[in-house]
Order: sequence, then C-alpha cells, then structure tokens
Amino acid sequence: MRELTIPITAEQILELHAGDTVAISGIATTGRDAAHKYLVDRLIEGPKPLPAEDQRIFDELKKIYRGGAIYHSGPILRNDAGRWSIVSSGPTTSIRDEIYEDKVIAAFGLRVVIGKGGMGPRTLAACKAHKAVYVHGMGGAGVTNARAMVEVLDVFKKEEFGLPEAFWKIRFHRFPGIVTMDAHGRSLHEELGKAFDERLAKLLHAE
Amino acid sequence: MPGTGTTNDENHPPFSPLSRGRDQGSGGNKVTNGEMNVQCDSENMLNQPAFGEAIFDLVRRTACELPEDVEAALKRAHDEEAPESTARMILATFLENMVLAREKQVPLCQDTGMPMFFIHHPPGLSHRVMRRVCEEAVVRATRERYLRHNAVDPVTGVNSGNNVGKGFPGVFFEEWDDEAVSVVLMLKGGGSENVGRQYSLPDDVLDAGRDLEGVRRVVLDAVRRAEGKGCPPGILGICIGGDRGSAYLHSKHQLLRPLDDVNPDPVLATLEERILREANTLGIGPLGLGGKTTLLGVKIGALHRVPASYFVTVTYMCWEHRRRAIRIESAGAYRFIG
Repeated sequence: MRELTIPITAEQILELHAGDTVAISGIATTGRDAAHKYLVDRLIEGPKPLPAEDQRIFDELKKIYRGGAIYHSGPILRNDAGRWSIVSSGPTTSIRDEIYEDKVIAAFGLRVVIGKGGMGPRTLAACKAHKAVYVHGMGGAGVTNARAMVEVLDVFKKEEFGLPEAFWKIRFHRFPGIVTMDAHGRSLHEELGKAFDERLAKLLHAE
Repeated sequence: MPGTGTTNDENHPPFSPLSRGRDQGSGGNKVTNGEMNVQCDSENMLNQPAFGEAIFDLVRRTACELPEDVEAALKRAHDEEAPESTARMILATFLENMVLAREKQVPLCQDTGMPMFFIHHPPGLSHRVMRRVCEEAVVRATRERYLRHNAVDPVTGVNSGNNVGKGFPGVFFEEWDDEAVSVVLMLKGGGSENVGRQYSLPDDVLDAGRDLEGVRRVVLDAVRRAEGKGCPPGILGICIGGDRGSAYLHSKHQLLRPLDDVNPDPVLATLEERILREANTLGIGPLGLGGKTTLLGVKIGALHRVPASYFVTVTYMCWEHRRRAIRIESAGAYRFIG
C-alpha cells in the first residue's frame, strides 16, 4: 500500500505503476458528469472574462486541483444543523467523462483521477503527458469510502447541479484505491481486456 | 377479519380485500340475461398508515442490508480468491462495507438506483392506492437519507429531489390467491443497468443462432462487454423470447430468485449452471480487475415469442444485489421473508 498525500509531485506519480494499491489523503473534490461539462465548456473553454462567480470557482478549483485529485462520485450527504457530512460515496463510472478529462488534467495540473471502470486512450495519453494516474476506487463500497472522506469543507454549484452532481470539497484520509492507468502509458483495463477477449474466443470456439 | 367476520378498528388491518367483503354479503354482483355486469367498487380497502410503515421499513432495509444469500455468495467468492490477491482485497472491502452499512444503517452504495416494487396481492386491492403508498415511502426514505435524489427529468434535466417522477419508482402488480400481500423491492443501480443488453438472434458476428447455444454465446458476450463497468461479481437476469419490452421486465423478475435456487426447468437449470461456470473462466473478477469470480449467479426465464423474433435479454445486477421481501398479513403483522 502506497501513501499519497496531496499535493502530489510528478516524481511521486512516476513511482506508481498499474496494479499498485494506494491510500490517498488531503483535500480534493467530487465531480461527475455535470461538473466535468462545466469545467470544460464554461471554465476552460468558455468566453472570457468569466462572470465573477465562475471566476471565483475557477480560482478555488485551481488551488485545490494543482497536484490534487478529482473523485468521480455522486455522494449521499447528511446535513446536521448546517454541517454537511458524507453518508455513502462510492465511485461512479468514469468513462462518461472521457471527452473532458484530458482537458481537465492539462488545465488544472491534476495528479489523480479517481473513479471506476477505467478510462480511454485520451485520458491515458493525458496521464502520460502531464504526469497523472487513474485510480480505481472500490465500486459499490459507499460506506467504506465515506469513512475515508472525513470532513466536508465547502461545496460549489450545489443549487444548479443538485447534491449528487455538485463539487464537494472534502478532506480525504487514506482513501483506498488501485492504480489502473499510470503515467508510463500502461492501462490495466487495456491489458486485461485483451485477456478477456482471448478467453471469450476460446469459450465461443468450444462448440 | 378471517374467522371472526367482524372488523376491529383498533387492529388497523393494513388491507382488506374486496372479495372477502363481497362474499359476506349476498347477491352483490348479478349477471342478468347473459350480459356482463362490470361493477366498480371505489371503496378503499387499504389502511395506508400500517401498510406505509411496512413499505418504508422495506425501503430502509433494502438500502442498508444485503440479503443473506448475497452475503453468503460474496463470502464464498472472497474465500476462493488467492490470499494477498487484489481480488481478495476488493472482496474484503465489499464485506467490510456490508457490515458498516448494516451497523450504521446507512445506504450500502451512494447510487440507491431505481426502486422497483413487485407486489403480489389478493383480489380487490387498489393498485393506485398501493402505488401511492410506495411513492410516499420512497419520499420519506429520501428525506431520511436512505435514498439519494435519483429521479431526473430527461427533458428538463431537473432532479425531482424526492425519487418520484414519471414511472419512478417502478411498481408492478400481480394478483394471487394468498390472503397476504408480498412486496419485493429491488434497488437497481445505474452503473449495472447501463451494461444490460438485448440481442436479436440470429447474430452473425457472434455466430449465434436461434437456439440455446446461441443464447449461451450472446450471454457470454454480454458479460465480456460489461467487464468491470457493472460492478462485478454480478448476477445475470436473462429472458429468452418475449418482445423487447416484456423481455426486459421478465429478465428483472429473474433477479428476484434466491441465488441458490434451482430452475424448475431442467434445460434452463443446465444452461444457468454452464454459463455461470464458463463466465467465471473469463477472469474479469471483482470490479473487472482480474479474479476467479466474475458472476455470483445466472437466472434464466423464458417467454413465448412470435415466430419472427428471438430476443435474448440480459439485465446485469451489481455485486451489491439490494433485494428484500416482506409479507404483510391481512391482520396487520409483517415480516421479512428475504
């Protein structure tokens, strides 16, 4: 198990290889479909100057993401007397953000993308070019994951996107995952996929 | 109530089938001169508070506690993986998550999915009323954080915020002769739902003809394509035949069967066993990151088809098969039966 504490350096990323298990600590945000669309269409590629509120969020996210992480998850939260906490928050399917993630990695200097199911060639290329990794979280293990999301610090776009889709700024403590796409160009998903194909071909040939 | 012929208000029976009321009277329905006399009785025979409490308890428990058969299957899968393997570590995390969710009474997974209620009831109960009770239970469970806000209007993009919308939750009815009502609830997550598939046989690419060998071929293809995306080890609900709509629903009915049951049709039982065994040689494993257990179960049903069509419909359920059942007696008591 390798410990990763945000902010993470390029050197630390290069030490990681597909298959390594990691525990991630530090401040990061959740962000899924609506968040990625907003990051790219509005903040990164939208007409400048940005409206004041967007600029504020852009500046906040730049601070969080430089050397940091985004977590593909739509959590369930509780609000006790104005204080938010995470109830259940496993990873959601990452491939839906494939058309955005390379741009997000490049623009913000993200080091870690956490999700499930793996991502495609565009994200893999961005991981290599910008020294980042994709970490596969424990799909379905919402409560175990919530235990590693120890404090909710802030939230952006809650009203517009709704609770599951908002950016929740969270302090993580030893969040568990497995590196499945590294900065050396290796994707466990690609490699395993080839093996699955071969075994399927054998089963279909049998008859 | 049965045996007494009286109604005791203090007992608050959750429902009282119309048929029984009718039997006690005399000459309620008359068929005259061969004409069909279709009567409408608008009396509401459901005691909503008692029925609603039972349904709410079902929702809460389904979101927080896996059924025993699924737990046992996950433990078996864990023990079969090699010590120190990634697969075993992942399954250990799953088991830990299951224990934590039950202890804290919080949802096992943040995606509490599409709630689907399958209700068996005696004659005479109002579907509209039962549907409303299910909706109210879902609204309350959402308010109390047992369900995530999950109902999104696809046209406006607006989340209803209470898990009620058009066709949401799903409520399905079947009449039976039993005096009790049984309600099975399945919470069907979106990640696994996305990897379900429907094949129209013959399929040239997979060389799948209109026979059980063709079924085997396309189902294995579906498992391969789902790889890690449906949160394996998964459970397959399969329908052979039917039309495109009925087949998907029937494939979901298969997921209501206990994992350790045996298909009463020996031909389908053999096919289930074979597909399960073969799929587990694909090596997809927990979360698609490699391992021995790719599927925990395969359940196959069949519906008559028209000569021109031969559909094979696969619904994929994730490892966290949230499916619980209650039985509500007409006298008011209810208990979990699954």
